[in-house]
Amino acid sequence: MALLQIAEPGQSAAPHQKKLAIGIDLGTTHSLVATVRSGQSETLLDSHGRAILPSVVGYQTEQVLTGYDALANSEQDPANTIVSVKRFMGRSLADVKARAQSFPYNFTTTDNGLVAFNTPRGKVNAIEVSAELLSQLKQRAQSALSGDIDGAVITVPAYFDDAQRQATKDAAELAGLNVLRLINEPTAAALAYGLDSGDEGVIVVYDLGGGTFDVSVLRLQKGIFEVLATGGDSVLGGDDFDQLLVADFIRGAGLTTAQLSSSDVRHLANVARQTKEQLSDAASVVAELMLSTGKYQIDVSRQHFESLIDSLVRKTLRASKRALKDAGINLDEILQVVMVGGSTRVPKVRADVAELFGKQPLTTIDPDQVVALGAAIQADVLVGNKSADDMLLLDVIPLSLGLETMGGLVEKVIPRNSTIPIAKAQEFTTFKDGQTAMMIHVLQGERELVDDCRSLARFTLTDIPPLAAGAAHIRVTFQVDADGLLSVSAMEKSTGVSASIDVKPSYGLSEDEITHMIKSSITHAEQDMGARMLAEQRVEADRVLEALIVALAADGDKLLSCSEREALEAGMLELKQIADGDDDKAIEQAIEQVNQLSEQFAARRMDLSIRTALAGHKVDEV
Amino acid sequence: MNNYFQLFGLTEQFSLDQAALMQTYRDLQKSVHPDHYANQGQQAQRLAVQKSAQINDAYQTLKSPLLRAQYMLLLVGVELKGEQQTLRDPMFLMQQMEWREELDDLKRSQDIDKLEAFSDAISAERAALNSNIASAFDAGEHRQDVQTWANEVRKLSFMDKLLTEIAQAEDALDY
Repeated sequence: MALLQIAEPGQSAAPHQKKLAIGIDLGTTHSLVATVRSGQSETLLDSHGRAILPSVVGYQTEQVLTGYDALANSEQDPANTIVSVKRFMGRSLADVKARAQSFPYNFTTTDNGLVAFNTPRGKVNAIEVSAELLSQLKQRAQSALSGDIDGAVITVPAYFDDAQRQATKDAAELAGLNVLRLINEPTAAALAYGLDSGDEGVIVVYDLGGGTFDVSVLRLQKGIFEVLATGGDSVLGGDDFDQLLVADFIRGAGLTTAQLSSSDVRHLANVARQTKEQLSDAASVVAELMLSTGKYQIDVSRQHFESLIDSLVRKTLRASKRALKDAGINLDEILQVVMVGGSTRVPKVRADVAELFGKQPLTTIDPDQVVALGAAIQADVLVGNKSADDMLLLDVIPLSLGLETMGGLVEKVIPRNSTIPIAKAQEFTTFKDGQTAMMIHVLQGERELVDDCRSLARFTLTDIPPLAAGAAHIRVTFQVDADGLLSVSAMEKSTGVSASIDVKPSYGLSEDEITHMIKSSITHAEQDMGARMLAEQRVEADRVLEALIVALAADGDKLLSCSEREALEAGMLELKQIADGDDDKAIEQAIEQVNQLSEQFAARRMDLSIRTALAGHKVDEV
Repeated sequence: MNNYFQLFGLTEQFSLDQAALMQTYRDLQKSVHPDHYANQGQQAQRLAVQKSAQINDAYQTLKSPLLRAQYMLLLVGVELKGEQQTLRDPMFLMQQMEWREELDDLKRSQDIDKLEAFSDAISAERAALNSNIASAFDAGEHRQDVQTWANEVRKLSFMDKLLTEIAQAEDALDY
């Protein structure tokens, strides 16, 4: 049978061969990578035995520094040492300027207004800076696991909007990672805790990191992690605690911001962070400031620090209450409260959270590592090492998606806390005779006015058949996938013509710009563009073939006629031969060909699995 | 093309066992969720996302009494979602205005106890309406007298909205 020719021994990976999958926590202040080894999730260490990679990238004429090396150099070269880059993901320069904080960078923008930095190595944007960190973690994983990484799960704050998620995925693509899934940080933490404890019930994850705050309410039952609601603030974290201390230092030293150099600003931020950390154990700390204007000593008591951060902590408590309400959960129904993120080490944060929920929060897993550990568990499942039957994550979209209507108002299409993936169709009609194009503006947020929501994208529908006003009905489908990313498709109903969509992301990069970034990054990535495209197509070809071989063995006889099966196997054989060659475009075409040949089969399999699920269920009930 | 009831292996009726519905939902998601197809190529991913989204939509619809009632009307050819037509029931319209005025007064007075009492009263009215709809839809009356029952479902929709607004007013007083 043709099948045997395709699955030559040792050629295509046997289904049980373990694949290398990693989970990455790309954090505001630090990042980690973890993997599952012998059934245990563990973080991977660098050559100095450290788990943490500070999320700092330094651009020098000769080289790019990352992590501790970049951090060590941050006060000497603040303008070219990018810290907390996560806070710039998917954000425009105008967004950054709107924040009160002052930065030491030479800001510039990309063509469509995203934040970028002028450095000795040219203009770099936040996606490129993040990709440096991801590359570093990828290399660490490759050497620790002695092999190429098959896939990665990257975590994002639950409260990240579409632009921020897309930017994270773009960064991973730029770093040459196969992204299995973006998952939400609190959900990853729940995974690490839930699987560890085997508890069942409602848990709340309170995640206060360096730059973001998330709260998620989940129900754990029989291996299903169902997020009921999520809330948060994508610009509230430990960095903001530090900034409050910096302002306090400046006041205490009798200085003004105008008197400080950019090295001073960076130095103050570093001292503030140390002071905050020391105040977790000490009742008071003397901060030593070495500024260009002189040396200063400032006494800070824990009590004073707590009064500074009080309003920020209260903001997180309000968001927590709202998430509970959205989830329809009362305080007494909560089984556990899990603490995640370095900022939950601040005693006031722990105390206030304990008071709100009426129970001591769990901190048994290191709050810096728990997200990466959970991501690795999910990566292990997604890559196929562990059966997905034992575990399933059902997450939600954090912010409502809507459309601009008359008068600058927003009409909600997908409400927040809807389980993803989700698809909603909306119908539009033309208002002029012969109208062939239409503008659609997609927004994300909870407010009623366009100006108060975040613009995601503007779509122009073209090629609408010219009909009388109101006669053309265009059905636009908004789909949010399991990564929480939006895509849009459109069709004119009466003629069945699919209208073309031209997407202009408001705060993102186009496909072309991303390809350009990948091309220009080649100089310090060891491989060239052609080799990379070829490698990617080969991996996809392997994935498709391997999945089909397994599928055919399981359901081929049941679901395909002899001739259908022969046609499909012939296509697979051809793909296999082409994939051994060097032409990435030809491989891409052959994959597309096999996809067409197997489309019916895939759909029938999906229906079969639904029928099986229902049948199994009925047996249970009887 | 399966309707949502068929997709969940249910007979088409209003009353349904919520616990069993949730269990079926979970079993279905376990079999079609894109996480099961993460390493099987882009085509499988695409299909899984579509199926999984359909099951999510079906579950949300079947779970909520209002959405379920609207959906059952849709199956007999009446689309209520996003309609412009308003309710033609003078009695209910009067009642509606009185309730709105009462809510406005309570918001101004900031009396949380009275607001809660009002919320309880409306919830009770809503429960009564819901139970009428349930027995009528289960008996198939919505097929015979579509307009009457479409009107009752419009009322249910109004009351759900009112309850949301009351909850928001309570929230505003909480802080």
